Amino acid sequence: MRTAKQTFKHGIHPPENKEETNGLPIRQFSFAPLIILPLAQHIGAPSKLVIREGQEVVRGQILAESDGYLSVPLHAPVSGLVKRISNVPTISGKMTTGIYLEPFPSSTQEILDGEPINLDAASPDDILMGIQQAGIVGLGGAAFPTHAKLKIPDGKHCDTLIINGIECEPYLTTDHRVMLEQSDDIFLGIKYLMKATGAKRTIIGIEANKQDAADLLRERLPKNEAISVEVVPVKYPQGAEKMLITSLLGKEVPSRGLPIDVSVVVVNVATTAEIGRLLPHGRGIQERVITITGPGVKKKGNYLIPIGTPLRYVLEQVGVDESVSEVYMGGPMMGVAVANLDISIVKGTSGIVVFNKEQIEQAPQVYPCIKCGACVDACPLSLNPSKLGILAKFEFYEKMAEEYHLMDCFECGSCSYVCPSHIPLVQYFRLSKSIIRKRKVA
Amino acid sequence: MKKQTLHISTSPHLTQGTSVEVIMRNVVIALMPAALFSIYAFGWNAALVLITAVVSCLITEHVLCRLANKRSTVSDWSAIITGLLLGLTLPPIFPLWMTFLGGVFAIGMGKFLFGGLGYNVFNPALVGRAVLQGAFPVAITTWFASFSADRFTTLHSAVLAVPFMEPVIDGTSGATPLSAFKFDGITTEASDLALGLVSGSTGETSSVFILLGGLYLVWRNLMNWRIPVAILATVFVFSGILYWFDPVEYPSPLFMLFSGGLMLGAVFMATDMVASPITSWGVMIYGIIIGALVVIIRLWGGLPEGVMYAILLANAISPHIDRLVRYRVYGTSLKTS
Ligand code: SF4
Ligand code: SF4
Repeated sequence: MRTAKQTFKHGIHPPENKEETNGLPIRQFSFAPLIILPLAQHIGAPSKLVIREGQEVVRGQILAESDGYLSVPLHAPVSGLVKRISNVPTISGKMTTGIYLEPFPSSTQEILDGEPINLDAASPDDILMGIQQAGIVGLGGAAFPTHAKLKIPDGKHCDTLIINGIECEPYLTTDHRVMLEQSDDIFLGIKYLMKATGAKRTIIGIEANKQDAADLLRERLPKNEAISVEVVPVKYPQGAEKMLITSLLGKEVPSRGLPIDVSVVVVNVATTAEIGRLLPHGRGIQERVITITGPGVKKKGNYLIPIGTPLRYVLEQVGVDESVSEVYMGGPMMGVAVANLDISIVKGTSGIVVFNKEQIEQAPQVYPCIKCGACVDACPLSLNPSKLGILAKFEFYEKMAEEYHLMDCFECGSCSYVCPSHIPLVQYFRLSKSIIRKRKVA
Repeated sequence: MKKQTLHISTSPHLTQGTSVEVIMRNVVIALMPAALFSIYAFGWNAALVLITAVVSCLITEHVLCRLANKRSTVSDWSAIITGLLLGLTLPPIFPLWMTFLGGVFAIGMGKFLFGGLGYNVFNPALVGRAVLQGAFPVAITTWFASFSADRFTTLHSAVLAVPFMEPVIDGTSGATPLSAFKFDGITTEASDLALGLVSGSTGETSSVFILLGGLYLVWRNLMNWRIPVAILATVFVFSGILYWFDPVEYPSPLFMLFSGGLMLGAVFMATDMVASPITSWGVMIYGIIIGALVVIIRLWGGLPEGVMYAILLANAISPHIDRLVRYRVYGTSLKTS
């Protein structure tokens, strides 16, 4: 077997900025006076409401059920009263249907469990169903329904399960803390996942800047299980599935293909822990660990926050500078800048990073491409962002897709990060991709 | 919490911090040792040539931007580089009015005609120099001995020649090592060449100071070291083989490396990011082509020096190299199981 001394080509080394929160244990967050839950919390069809306005609900109760295969239910993160069902703001700026829930006092909060999934008795399909019923989506930020990702298509098989503990985004330390504090849940989750996918072995991939987590997991590895922990060099975007597969196994996922094309399934480590914690109780996901950090935050840390907690409430609790001027959901490389503090925490929120006036980069002067080649040597997929940028400017979208593999770009931002001309390359690519997709449909 | 105005930007929200200005400014810094040495070696004559070339490029850039109704781009430092490089390739007693004209052509024809910074196909300084070589073949091959005693007291009359007049050439001109070799078969000590104790263009003579500037840029990670390495290695190996076969007919590889404009060209001209290929492999091929052309032109061509033409030719094919030599895109040429 090849070990993780190898790595993928190219990549970048942004400053990590993890030391401020990686030593802070996960802390429980208080209930906000009002919980706001958009129904669309994942990729795929939004969940379908099963409750009415004015109804009292119990923590863990299903508020909205899955609407089709690529969809998961939404559980009540708190016991309380459904005040209103109406439009709620989302990070994209669009309004969407959601639930306003007023929590009862904390003393009355008890969790409602569902049908437990017995690891030994359950079939792979039972486990997938259990994962779906628990409302689990990828907690690394993609929010893709996990059960759908685990379903092995006909004609394929999974031989290796990779648990992604890379967390290569600067500033974020949620996965790091989860690995240090929830190893039992992780190992139990792995057992469920191995059974569901039929994988013969599991590799937990961890970046070298989390050596303590790797050591701890190695120490606690369950006996008689084909599970190993591999430490890979620190490099962005090591946490991208394709890059991690290349680093750990020396295999390349085919262009436009999925990990299962090389018989691999990759699951985020926090998602794995959640599976291990929820399935034995048939419980639904109600909260998640979020790193709140950045120069603008007073009480930085890793918090267990109920889903639906409004961002404004979160920031009030942790204390932010007067001059807060940029807030991202997710990490600084791929996260989205927030336009409105009235949005709430959703299942895919892995971090909140707050910058104040001094840190935000003034919109720099954009120069023409000087063909320095920095982007070409940064792109982990060996695309040519310089050429793609020029083609985008002239709207040669077909050429971008057909000749220069635009659709492979997963928007990691490495090219924009290094560009001395400050060309908003990723922004161009996002736009070009959406135009190409629209044209395909039309 | 009071109402906040939030700044919205798209990811990534971090950048590496380099910028075009930073790169260009550092290239200017890297050129300083060679420029200062040329003033030390050739006195006020060289100083005036360099200053005139820079001023000419800046004025041309500014005026053309204004004429085109664009924001003036003189502040990005790139015109200063073009001016310095042009000045460094000219003889130290080159008439100032011709120098000025060279700057106008370098920026106007070499850069602006193609659409400005980032769009030029050729290195602008070399375009300017090529025009001058065509227009003033005598003046551009009139050399001046280095370290003359009066270099800081008297100006050579040629420098101040009246515009549109060919200067009167007096007897102080010295042959360059390359022309001495080409036309008279005389070789010069490589150590003298390396230190710049010879005659030649203002900035070409001191390989040591040019390399110093290059090393600074490589250290700052602002220059693709593969280009000079590929060029110099090719020249060394190619001429070394010839020398090994016939040491009388062909000059030593060290002489080839340290004479003429090779160092300046390899370190500062061929590495012009805009006009060179973009991938590591492409850049190697580009360097090898330049190196081979330099040897061929110098040894078999009609001119004593071939660096300028070699680089210009390679500039012309660089977009084609980019088309042919690409990285293999991740996951391609693999079947979907
Ligand atoms: S954003 Fe796309 S093009 Fe840019 S480096 Fe990442 S994968 Fe490559
Ligand atoms: S990094 Fe920017 S300037 Fe450099 S080649 Fe890429 S797009 Fe052009």
